[in-house]
Amino acid sequence: MLKEFTKGFVKENPVFVLALGLCPALGVTSKVVNALGMGAGVIFVLLGSNIFVSALKNFIPEKVRIPAYIVIIASFVTIVEMVMEAFIPALFESLGVFVPLIVVNCVILGRAEAFANKNTVGASILDAIGMGLGFTFALIIIAFVREVLGAGTISLIPIGNWDGVISIPGLSKAPARVFSLAAGALLVMGYLKALFNWAEMKKAVAK
Amino acid sequence: MTYIGIIITFVFINNFILTQFLGLCPFIGVSKNVESAVGMGFAVTFVMSIAALATWAIQNFILIPLNIEFLQTITFILMIAALVQFVEMFIQKSSPSLYKALGIYLPLITTNCAVLGIALIAVRSEYNAIESFVAGLAAGLGFLLAILLMSTIREKLDAEWVPRPLRGTPIAFITGGLMALAFMAFDKALLNNLIG
Repeated sequence: MLKEFTKGFVKENPVFVLALGLCPALGVTSKVVNALGMGAGVIFVLLGSNIFVSALKNFIPEKVRIPAYIVIIASFVTIVEMVMEAFIPALFESLGVFVPLIVVNCVILGRAEAFANKNTVGASILDAIGMGLGFTFALIIIAFVREVLGAGTISLIPIGNWDGVISIPGLSKAPARVFSLAAGALLVMGYLKALFNWAEMKKAVAK
Repeated sequence: MTYIGIIITFVFINNFILTQFLGLCPFIGVSKNVESAVGMGFAVTFVMSIAALATWAIQNFILIPLNIEFLQTITFILMIAALVQFVEMFIQKSSPSLYKALGIYLPLITTNCAVLGIALIAVRSEYNAIESFVAGLAAGLGFLLAILLMSTIREKLDAEWVPRPLRGTPIAFITGGLMALAFMAFDKALLNNLIG
């Protein structure tokens, strides 16, 4: 049981190992707070879709299963859109087109197809939370590297009077802007993935 | 904006892959050889231009008159899924040779963020029918350009020595990053200089 939960973090990390959900992983990670928001949205949608798909697996005809999954996923995405727009409009604004694009995040459809339609509701819930956290974890790492290098700040959730932004002395005056742009995102992603591969290879050699 | 302006914007300045982060999965996944990259590129261009037009019609003839714009995400993705299915059946019947070339890429296109992306962006930019179609076509051509360049580079890269941890997707991402760096030369100023 515990394995279903922890596999998403490192061994089957959706972003670094399976290379799924790449568009949001790079599109929203110029700030840590955006990564957190996107992660929360994806966890919610993944949880909802895994529960519904696993519960309905005996009722959905084989031939129309993909459109059926897409309808389920799109319904949850619409809920996320409405809740975000109503309660955290600033985040909704800065995530922009990537909120409705959660629909086509391959991680979610991938889990429905590869896991939820073969397993029980309980296992699917654990799988959803584990994979969702693994996805969020990957986004936070990418966002952390990009924001520290590209803006010299770390922006977290604002609490009370504190705006949630930590400036790094020295770096925030002269940041390497390219890291907050598309080019930097692709480079950071490439090197992080290489780091992951290297760690895996070292582990394999140690065994 | 003029049609030429829209084309230059979506092919170069706002290239979907290299500046907007849309359509990265096929960009990394299907760029190992030129032939399949070109097949994917044309299939995506075709679907994107029709999808932009079709979603424009849904938005203006169904969602706005009935005041149900909150159903945008669901209707758009269903429209795209149905469209991809329809295109697949149509090509299979009308041109078996084209189906042979594009067939395997078509099912993958439903979950390509670039297609839903252009539909949403065209609606948010308040384009009219023809502008939406041109934007879809141009964004698709931008995708084709990027994936074609990428696959050509990757075919050359196969013959080179690459450190082991960087082999496969990491080096593809880094290559993409360097391409994006080059595409930064295309900016709004270029558009202003070209068409005033």
